[in-house]
Amino acid sequence: MASLELTGIQKAFGATQVLHGIDLAVAEGEMIVIVGASGCGKSTLLRIVAGLETPSQGSVRIAGREVTGLEPADRDIAMVFQNYALYPHMSVFQNMAYGLKIRGTPKAEITRRVGEAAELLGIAALLERRPRQLSGGQRQRVAMGRAIVRQPKLFLFDEPLSNLDAKLRVQMRAEIRRLQRRLGVTSLFVTHDQTEAMTLGDRLVVMHAGHAAQVATPMEIWARPADTYVAGFIGSPAMNFLEGVLVEGGRAVLLRAGPVLHFADGPRAGPDGQRLIIGIRPEHMRRDPEAGLGLALDLVEPLGSETVLHGRLPGGEALTAKLHGAVPAAGGALRLAIPAAELHVFDAASGRRLDAGP
Amino acid sequence: MRKKVIFKGVALPLLLLAPQLAITCVFFLWPAGAAIWQSVLQQDAWGLRTEFVGLRNFEEVLVDPAWREAAWNTLVFSAAVATSAMAVALFLAVQADKSIRGANLYKTLLIWPYAVAPAVAAVLWLFLFHPSIGLIGRALNQAGILWDYKLNGGQAMLLVIIASAWKQVSYNFIFFLAGLQSIPRSVLEAAAIDGARPTRRFWTVVFPLLSPTTFFLLVVNLVYAFFDTFGVIHALTGGGPGKATETLIYKVYVEGVQNTNLGSSAAQSVILMVLVIAMTVVQFRFIERRVHY
Repeated sequence: MASLELTGIQKAFGATQVLHGIDLAVAEGEMIVIVGASGCGKSTLLRIVAGLETPSQGSVRIAGREVTGLEPADRDIAMVFQNYALYPHMSVFQNMAYGLKIRGTPKAEITRRVGEAAELLGIAALLERRPRQLSGGQRQRVAMGRAIVRQPKLFLFDEPLSNLDAKLRVQMRAEIRRLQRRLGVTSLFVTHDQTEAMTLGDRLVVMHAGHAAQVATPMEIWARPADTYVAGFIGSPAMNFLEGVLVEGGRAVLLRAGPVLHFADGPRAGPDGQRLIIGIRPEHMRRDPEAGLGLALDLVEPLGSETVLHGRLPGGEALTAKLHGAVPAAGGALRLAIPAAELHVFDAASGRRLDAGP
Repeated sequence: MRKKVIFKGVALPLLLLAPQLAITCVFFLWPAGAAIWQSVLQQDAWGLRTEFVGLRNFEEVLVDPAWREAAWNTLVFSAAVATSAMAVALFLAVQADKSIRGANLYKTLLIWPYAVAPAVAAVLWLFLFHPSIGLIGRALNQAGILWDYKLNGGQAMLLVIIASAWKQVSYNFIFFLAGLQSIPRSVLEAAAIDGARPTRRFWTVVFPLLSPTTFFLLVVNLVYAFFDTFGVIHALTGGGPGKATETLIYKVYVEGVQNTNLGSSAAQSVILMVLVIAMTVVQFRFIERRVHY
C-alpha cells in the first residue's frame, strides 16, 4: 500500500492553471524530492498534500485514507516551512509541544517526547529560549523538532534549507537525510536546488510548467532524462544541446556543426531528415587534437581539479565542456570530440527523449 | 549608520523648531501653566478678589462626593468604551482579514465613523435612540421596554458608551487589521497543521501575537474615553439625567464654565493632566518591554 497517493491533481487559480494532473505514488518510508524552477507548481502541490490548498480536481490519499476534503489538522502530517514559521511568543519547548498539547497528550509524555527530539537534534540546551534568540540553523532544528515530536504519517518540507548559508545548508541536508532514514517516515521535500534534490531523494519528481516531467531515481534522471527540460535542469554545468537531423536510416545524426555521429546503442525509429536535438553533458566531452570539432573559446573557468570551458562551435552553437586538469587555452581554440556512447537523443519538435528502437 | 547634521550656532535650529515650539507653548504649556496657577487660587463669585489658597482646592475636590461620583462614572464609562470598542474592532478586523468578497469596500466603510465629528456622531445616535423620534427608541417603547435615556441614568450611560465606542471602533479596526496582517501566514498554517482549529488558533497564536497592538490600543482608548468624549456626552445627555453621565472631563467644564468656580475647575483639570501623563508613561514603558518578537 502506498503511503501517499496523488491521483490526477489539478489546480487552477482563477483562469491560471498551475497543475495539470499530477499522479504520484510514494512508498512507505520513501523520500521524494519535488524539484523545479520557481513557478512550476511544486509548492502548490505540497500545499495541496498538506491541505492548505484544495485541488480543483483529483484526490489525495495518505496511508490509504482519502484526505482530499480534510483540514490539515486531520491529515496527520507535519510540515517544515521555508521561514520555519516558529511561534514567536513561545519558547522552544512550547513550540515543539504545541501540536501534542492540542491533541491532549499527557504532560509527562509531552516532556519525554520533546526531550527525546531535542536530544536527537542537539537543541536540548535551547528549550527555554525564544525563537528570536536562536540562529538560523537552530531555528531550522526547532522546526524539524516540532515536526518529529508529533510522529506523523508524512513529513512535508517546503524549501527548508534555502534560508541557510551554503555551509550550513550542506550540513543540514545530510542531517535531514540521516534523520529521515532513521525515523523511516515518508517524506515529500520541495526544492529548486538540483544538488539538494539529487542528494536527498530516493526518487525525484521534476516539475515543469505544472506537469511532472519525470519521476525517477536521481541516477536515472541524470542518465536518461525524459525530455530536454529535465536534461537541461539536472546536471551542472547544464547539458549541451546541438541541432541535427536523423540520417542513414536512423543509425546516425548529422550535426549542424558538421560531423556525422553514429548512435552507439542502435538506430532510432524515424524518417531520415527528422529534426533532432542531441544532448551531451559537458563532463563527457573529450579532447581530440586531430579529429575533434573546433571550439572557439570565450571563457575558461579553472576549478582546480577540472576546468570548465565555454565557447562556440563552427556553426555558431554554444558549447560547454568540463575537462580534467588544467587546460592550456592557447590561441583561444581547442579541438573536442563528442563520444557517441554518451549521446542523448531528443525529438526536436516535442522535446521528448528518443530511445534506440527494438 | 545615522547621519547627524551639526549646525553652527543656535539661530538656525531655533528658527526651524520655532513653529512646533510656538504651537506647544501657546496651546499646551501656557494653558497648562495657567491651569496649575489657577488651581492654587480662589476667586469670589464676581471675580473681584483672588486669594492664594495652596492645595486647598485639591483637598476640596478629592473629598467632594460629587467628584468621586464623577470619577466612578468615568471609570465605568472608560472601561466599557475601551473594551467594547476594542472587542468589536478586533472581531471586525478578523473578519476583514479573511479573504472575502468586497473586502476593500468593507474596510473603507468601517473607517468612515472616524471621520465623523463627535457632535454629529451624537446627533446620529440621538436620531436612533430618542424615545419619541428615534427609530430604535420608538421600537423599544412599542415593544414594551420602557426606554427614555432622559429619565433613566443607566440607559443614558449605555447610550453615551455606545456612541463613544462606535466612534473609536474605526481607529482600533485599522490598528488591529494592520496587526493581523503582520502575522506571517506560515505561522498560522503551521498551527493549522499542528492541529489547532480556528478558535484555538486565534486564542493561542493570533491573540498573543497581537498583544503589543492590544496594549497600545488599550491606552489610546482609555485616554480617548477620559478626554475626547466631551463632545458626545455634551450633545447627547449634557451629563444628565441628574449627574448620571457626568465624567471627570465633563465636570471640569460644568465647574469652570457653568458654575464659574475657576479654582476647583483648574484643580480638577490638573488632576486629569497628571492622569494622562501617567498613562502615557505607562504606555511607553510597557510597549518597549512587551514586544516579544
